[in-house]
Amino acid sequence: MPSALINVPSKAKRGDVIEIKTLMSHIMETGYRHTASGEVVPRDIITSFTCRFNGAEIFRADLYPAIAANPFLTFFTTVTESGKFEFEWVGDKGFSETASASITVE
Amino acid sequence: MIRKSGNRFADKIMRKQRTMMPNSDHTTRRTFLTLAGGAAVLGAVPAVIVRPAEATPAMLSAAIRNVVGEANVRTGRVKLDIPPLVENGNTVPMTVSVASPMTTDDYVKSIHVFNEKNPQPNIGNFYLGPRAGRAQVSTRIRLADSQKVTAIARLSDDTFWSATADVVVTLAACTEEAI
Amino acid sequence: MKFVGCIAILAALAGTALATEIPQADRRSGYSFMGPDSRAMQDDDTSNPGMLWVLDGETLWKRKAGTAGKACGDCHSDARVSMKGVAARYPTFDKALGKPVDLEGRINLCRSNHQQAPPLAYESRELLALTAYVAQQSRGMPIEVGNDPDLAPFVAKGHELFTRRQGQLNLACANCHDDNWDRKLAGAPITQGQPTGYPLYRLEWQSLGSLQRRLRACITGIRAQAYEYGSPELVELEAYLMSRARGMKLETPAVRP
Repeated sequence: MPSALINVPSKAKRGDVIEIKTLMSHIMETGYRHTASGEVVPRDIITSFTCRFNGAEIFRADLYPAIAANPFLTFFTTVTESGKFEFEWVGDKGFSETASASITVE
Repeated sequence: MIRKSGNRFADKIMRKQRTMMPNSDHTTRRTFLTLAGGAAVLGAVPAVIVRPAEATPAMLSAAIRNVVGEANVRTGRVKLDIPPLVENGNTVPMTVSVASPMTTDDYVKSIHVFNEKNPQPNIGNFYLGPRAGRAQVSTRIRLADSQKVTAIARLSDDTFWSATADVVVTLAACTEEAI
Repeated sequence: MKFVGCIAILAALAGTALATEIPQADRRSGYSFMGPDSRAMQDDDTSNPGMLWVLDGETLWKRKAGTAGKACGDCHSDARVSMKGVAARYPTFDKALGKPVDLEGRINLCRSNHQQAPPLAYESRELLALTAYVAQQSRGMPIEVGNDPDLAPFVAKGHELFTRRQGQLNLACANCHDDNWDRKLAGAPITQGQPTGYPLYRLEWQSLGSLQRRLRACITGIRAQAYEYGSPELVELEAYLMSRARGMKLETPAVRP
């Protein structure tokens, strides 16, 4: 049941610089922990996050085990037109999740 | 990343004592400062005591070289906001911002964050461009111990700028076993 | 030297005579012991990771479960209305069972009695999510546990457990959380142990967790054998702690270090 929290303003003025906040539920298992019986818990992390606006990439991140569980990322973008932000998280064990948010530019 | 012991409660008290005592960490920190300061000092690393569970200075400098190549890394332009005393190393808020007009001919291409003492030196790479409008990213990171964190920004003219912060990680009492 | 230091700290804690309960005016949420960064994380719903569970809880609230094919919402409609103030009254005395039931217990009773669904495991994502969603509806409302005379004997048992020295360190909960709050242990503040924000997101856990999980961790910390999830002792401790925090505002989903 992976869920994401996306915070994008629904409206903005042309040329505004807006902040985008994203929270994705994920354990971000480092691959450096051991069980009580001594076995290594295999790495299970999100390795990549991408944000596109109307199809064009505006922000991308490579994540490592040092990123805390339930990765939180905030960044900025200049809005020039109305459209759709698409968010994509990709990781180990075939993890792949997407979310989107629309903005109206006046 | 999370250390284990038979009795975490008593162990925390012990570890706190240990961290207050002078130890060889100072050597490591000075080495790191030199690296982060930006001179191409590969090969000039003095002998340090290396604990295997941590990224070694060589691993760290290799990770930085991997990003910057042979370029100089200058101090400045980058601001690294991270609490000097964090309440739990498992979740440390961090913001990196870069002084840049973010115009089509003068902008930040990417921001790279490294640490000194986690098992791996990399924390994250963040790729932006002129349309970001503001060169700033925030996230939450894990720090296995008190250590230095370094952020390096690559600008559109392919110069590299950096900032380093010292972080003291306090360890909560009564923590649970990892798994 | 390490050994001496360890003993000194423990002696400082255990040497103090048991004080009386913290006066109402001095009661402080764990929130007030946190640094500005952790407070900011709790204050902003779009940065509070606990909200991920609340979001899941909202989905589960509407999802049909069990052989009865009913969702929580089929009986209780809109949780934002029907669940308002409910968490502030838990644990509550269940007349049919003749014992106190906490919020997690109530959700599982609802599942078995009304949904004909198997109980959800303690600390499972589903149970934490539903509990967080229900409790979040009471955010900002004062805790009301402690008025019910039927609950009183269980609150008293919880109080007895709270003040009983146990474990290899021979410490009672009260040694830290009544007598030494606002002092530090290994660099971290000792809080009053007010359960105002459960289930809450602990930075240490990197997850949401229940009050029972926190209590079990504390009990393990004093090197005593932790009570099982759902045991009468843990529910009695919860009942005592909630009555001890009476009048304080619920913060679910809180963030703590």
